[in-house]
Amino acid sequence: MEKRVTFSKWTIGILFAVPQLILIFTFFYWPAGQAVYWSLTLQQPWGGGNIWVGLDNFRSILSNASYWDSITASMIFAGISTGLAMTIALVLAALTDRQLAGSWLYRVVLIWPYGIAAPALALAFRFILAPEAGFMAVVNQVWPGSWDPGLDGTDAMASIIIAFSWKYVGYNFIFFLAAFQAIPRSLIEAAAMDGSGVIRRFWDIQFPLITPTIFFLLVINITESFQDSFGIVDIMTAGGPANATNLMVYKIYSDGFKGLDYSGAAAQSIILMLLIIALTIVQFRFIERRVHYR
Amino acid sequence: MASIAIRGVKKNYAKTQVVHGVDLDFASGEFVVILGPSGCGKSTLLRMIAGLEEISDGTIAIDGTVVNKLEPRERGCAMVFQNYALYPHMSVAQNIGYSLKVAGVPSAERAQRVQAVARVLELEHLLDRKPMALSGGQRQRVAMGRAMIREPKVFLFDEPLSNLDAKLRVQMRSEIRKLHRRLSATSVFVTHDQVEAMTLADRLVVMNGGRVEQVGTPAEVYSRPASRFVATFVGAPAMNMLEGTVTLDGLSLLGGSRKLNVSRTGVPVGAKVAVGIRPEAVRMVAPGTPGALAATVDLIEELGAGRAVYVDLDGAPFSVVTSEIVHSEPGSTIGLQFAEADLHFFSSETGGRLDVFKASVPEPVL
Repeated sequence: MEKRVTFSKWTIGILFAVPQLILIFTFFYWPAGQAVYWSLTLQQPWGGGNIWVGLDNFRSILSNASYWDSITASMIFAGISTGLAMTIALVLAALTDRQLAGSWLYRVVLIWPYGIAAPALALAFRFILAPEAGFMAVVNQVWPGSWDPGLDGTDAMASIIIAFSWKYVGYNFIFFLAAFQAIPRSLIEAAAMDGSGVIRRFWDIQFPLITPTIFFLLVINITESFQDSFGIVDIMTAGGPANATNLMVYKIYSDGFKGLDYSGAAAQSIILMLLIIALTIVQFRFIERRVHYR
Repeated sequence: MASIAIRGVKKNYAKTQVVHGVDLDFASGEFVVILGPSGCGKSTLLRMIAGLEEISDGTIAIDGTVVNKLEPRERGCAMVFQNYALYPHMSVAQNIGYSLKVAGVPSAERAQRVQAVARVLELEHLLDRKPMALSGGQRQRVAMGRAMIREPKVFLFDEPLSNLDAKLRVQMRSEIRKLHRRLSATSVFVTHDQVEAMTLADRLVVMNGGRVEQVGTPAEVYSRPASRFVATFVGAPAMNMLEGTVTLDGLSLLGGSRKLNVSRTGVPVGAKVAVGIRPEAVRMVAPGTPGALAATVDLIEELGAGRAVYVDLDGAPFSVVTSEIVHSEPGSTIGLQFAEADLHFFSSETGGRLDVFKASVPEPVL
């Protein structure tokens, strides 16, 4: 029998939950509710009074070409950085899984990037990818003008993709390695006895068996690329050049706090929130129905 | 069909050696069972034949070809794993046919051969199922099918029946035996279950602590165990062992309370020996019968066809298996009789068999 602590009065239980409830309300529900309210009104830039405008904010955002450019940039960023971070992590994990001596070291070393705050790593990559000094300066020496994230939108996008992917390779690696190691050794051995080589075994046995992990990481990576990219963009490109890296999450900030368009920014954050909620629902539905082998 | 020659094979993991120089020859078409307690190196030996473990020293040759450096797929062996190792995301047909697919066999021929194997193993109605929708016995058969379809030179079995319940194990045992008769491929079967080993083997290899203790037919191993370990490991209940010391006129047993008149050659006085007798070779008689040993009954186990009687013989545990009805109650005294020919002698130091004694029935010291 499971032992349970019960409270004689339900009020005592509520009292224990209150600190947590206050935190959640103050820092989550209240701001979220405020954002919904702002998105439906027109706020004065310096405060004091507002006008109810219904869905006008959403209409004006969705009819704005620069907002659609921001969505496109976000999708490109999400697609390429997720693909890069996951592919590199998958290859590293597959190689590590074969030779396990010292794998604890890889785990520790590879989780570190995930522990670094986005602005800090962005600063580091700003130096690493600077066109005038360091590694990329050598490339510019050979092909002058080929790399300049300050002027070229594609270069700027590549910079933030590299920085973000670097951070998430380690995170994905841990999950992939755990998934690979959960596959019974005897399955790989049976495939070897069946005449299957290393590459063939990977595609026929290991890859199909880690698909739940792949899907999980896919959703997490995309979601994080919408949110966790803010610090990287802010430090490395500040949305430029020419809005080439003005991702949705960064546009909310720059429209709201630089352009003082609180209502438009609130409407954008509601759209981003809905997008992330949708992704989360997809993920949970999948995890519930996830194929459990064995 | 292939013979296997194992020469001086050793296996080290870092600094520990788990197989200490094994020499064995398996004839073509033979069914060999390697029997031993867990951790004796039997599975490691099998995996070295399969190519799943590196051979640290010595050579293994299949059909005269040394295979030490060959990949598993180049050795012509098929293996049935203890946990079956079925691919969970593939159907039964895909599981069985996987090796053919890898080998590039056209799908029409593949389907035909899968069908043929499924017919032999009575799996035809299950071909579309996934392994997780199968019972233990069916999974076992799929694993067999996956090994069979390759028509291998050598079948390797790594404790394939240990996950099945008792009834299914007996059934699968006879199916494996029948299958071997049909295919007559050389088979090496590893197990810790002595009943499995005795019933399946043409030849039995008993291993302990990384060494081969005895090689022989099941009957040989049972009737003439080569060492004390084999004597106590093969047979249930285990062979009774009485510790003794060689004296001038025979053996002093059980700390001197019994003596055994034996004529000996070549064993010095004072040497420690163990006298073994199988529980099945002991007869229970009425207490006080001339020449019988008196013992106290501790426990009687009903086995259905017979009874195992555990008795106390001057403080030493001793067991008797009899097919007769036992009327004695625990605590009562009974007499034990046995024939001299049924006694086995082992050196207490080396554990090896001693064939230098001629025994007569032990008598109480008066």
